[in-house]
Amino acid sequence: MPYEPVLTRHVNEPQSYTLDFYLKHQRGYEGLRKALTLQPHDIIEQVKASGLRGRGGAGFPTGLKWQFVLKDTPKPKYLCCNADESEPGTFKDHVLMERNPHLLIEGCAIACYAIGAKVAYIYIRGEFYHVQQVLEAEIEKAYTAGYLGKNILGSGSDCDVYVHRGAGAYEAGEETALIESLEGKRAQPRIKPPFPAVAGLYHCPTAVNNVETLCNVPLIVLNGPEWFASLGPEKNGGPKLFCISGHVKTPGVYEASMHTTLRQLIFDHAGGMMDDRPLKAVIPGGSSVPLLLPDQLDVPSSFDSIQKAGSLLGSAGIIVMNDTVCMVWLAMNLLHFYRHESCGKCTPCREGTDWLFKLLRRIESGEGRPKDLDLLFGVSSNIVGKTLCAFGDAAATPVLSTMKVFRAEYEAHVREGRCTLPAEWRARQPVFAGAH
Amino acid sequence: MSFHPRMDYAPAKFHQSARALPEEGEPFAYTPENQAKFDACVKRYPPDQRKSAILYALYLAQGQQGSLTRAAMDHVATQIGCTAAEVEDVVSYYTMFFTKPVGKYVLYVCRTLSCALVGAERVTEELEAALGIQRGETDPDGTFTLVEVECLGACDRAPVVMVNDGWQERLSPDRVRQFLDDLRARGEASLSGCHLCKER
Ligand SMILES: Cc1cc2nc3c(=O)[nH]c(=O)nc-3n(C[C@H](O)[C@H](O)[C@H](O)COP(=O)(O)O)c2cc1C
Ligand code: FES
Repeated sequence: MPYEPVLTRHVNEPQSYTLDFYLKHQRGYEGLRKALTLQPHDIIEQVKASGLRGRGGAGFPTGLKWQFVLKDTPKPKYLCCNADESEPGTFKDHVLMERNPHLLIEGCAIACYAIGAKVAYIYIRGEFYHVQQVLEAEIEKAYTAGYLGKNILGSGSDCDVYVHRGAGAYEAGEETALIESLEGKRAQPRIKPPFPAVAGLYHCPTAVNNVETLCNVPLIVLNGPEWFASLGPEKNGGPKLFCISGHVKTPGVYEASMHTTLRQLIFDHAGGMMDDRPLKAVIPGGSSVPLLLPDQLDVPSSFDSIQKAGSLLGSAGIIVMNDTVCMVWLAMNLLHFYRHESCGKCTPCREGTDWLFKLLRRIESGEGRPKDLDLLFGVSSNIVGKTLCAFGDAAATPVLSTMKVFRAEYEAHVREGRCTLPAEWRARQPVFAGAH
Repeated sequence: MSFHPRMDYAPAKFHQSARALPEEGEPFAYTPENQAKFDACVKRYPPDQRKSAILYALYLAQGQQGSLTRAAMDHVATQIGCTAAEVEDVVSYYTMFFTKPVGKYVLYVCRTLSCALVGAERVTEELEAALGIQRGETDPDGTFTLVEVECLGACDRAPVVMVNDGWQERLSPDRVRQFLDDLRARGEASLSGCHLCKER
């Protein structure tokens, strides 16, 4: 049975972002109406039963996260929607917010009701200004129609949703750093515990959820947890958006169930390899996860299966690379990213990413020394597990994972004093495919 | 034997901070429209959390005069009710604030993996050649500033270039000169925009 998209079914239709379209074609705000007749506790139970796992990267069960939000406290509670989407290779929230914003707004309203929050902040990255304009206009319409604001749909509950614009920082995607940034400070992570569920925004109980996670909530309330769970493998239920980029014929966002294998995603959904060149490696979940090789792609693209295969689903940013890509260059490109984005709070990460980048640049340019390889390994290993947030582990991953699988390429660079791939293959000078 | 080199305790040298202060700039205050926008924004946060509006306040100031001077930051500090140092702390962290004047169009070229795989580096090289400047610089007549940025979140449309708040997708190196000419002639209206909002 072919998979029927539910999150992105209408995204290519002209008016899909409008309230009218949403009400007419997507049973708009029926989920919210239904949710308001239930007890908050029951909604959390439903979300738990559905097995919804966070789509932001960690895959943590959403129902559980909401359950942890402290209830018996006089303090206000908050919902923060993580729309920072800065993980290289990830662009799914972009589509949802731009083409289906009311699904997110409805998700925010239900989540607020479930955790007892009256205010939700959507933290959107500064570069998504065009998306923000759509989102704000549609939020305005939701207010006018009575889905947001005071006494929503006559239920007696209030819910305000505001968009908060970031200003260019990958680290602001980490949940505690996001909270710091929302409070008007540098986006740097906090020591955990306390977790945001206990002391988050303004030191009040807070739930931080990814855009795609919240977009699934109205569907669960409306169609029931069993329906949701049945869409995917056990413990990996629901629809999933996959962002496929790199050397494929038709890069883009594809919705599928997590039964779909990585190979199907790359070769069926994204049209296969650009210029029909051989596939060399795939990063299955955004730049922060280990590489997979062509013979490891016949696994369902679920959180659990990809983890078993030796990588992570992460943010489902699938980056596909063909045989022209030099793996030392790849690590250097990503370490440039991590060096630039390190927030500077933890020394191993701030100093380590700089050293890693410099070492990689030296090796890539052919001036590497034999002991540089051990040094690379040593510096990376001294970042992993020694930082406040998962950024450190993420930054070490491109180095550790390429060194593990493609060590011969590193050694060849040092031995020959240059990149051993043909000069015209150099990743920085690719051929433009006919597909473009 | 001390590991450290001998310190030069001459006061002038020792107390000199390496921190580069932004220019003082012209006296600065929000225009009435911006003041109204700021006052509306502050209301979104709890009354004792005005600082949450700091990024918004800085965007307003930057929009009003192009880049952030010390006078502008001081004004933001007064508006928020925090110290000027706190404002500078924030400004120096985020990449979308400028403390030096920038060109009319800021070209943010994405250089991260997915864009690099399809030629982002060559787009930057072409831009450098066409404008006669290096990345990070502004051209002499103040029209273009070229900066490299990390993943913009549109990797399926690589290579991506952001122009001020606008968006240019799939800018291949051979189209760079045409892109610049169009931008000069027709401004931001010439951009491809985000393919998702094409029909709006
Ligand atoms: C360095 C770093 C960057 C992150 N960036 C993002 C991001 O851009 N978007 C996102 O949704 N989650 C991001 N996360 C994950 C968040 O910390 C958090 O797990 C997520 O927002 C929780 O939402 P979820 O449970 O719905 O997945 C990032 C985490 C780390 C460590
Ligand atoms: S890598 Fe350029 S937009 Fe993501």
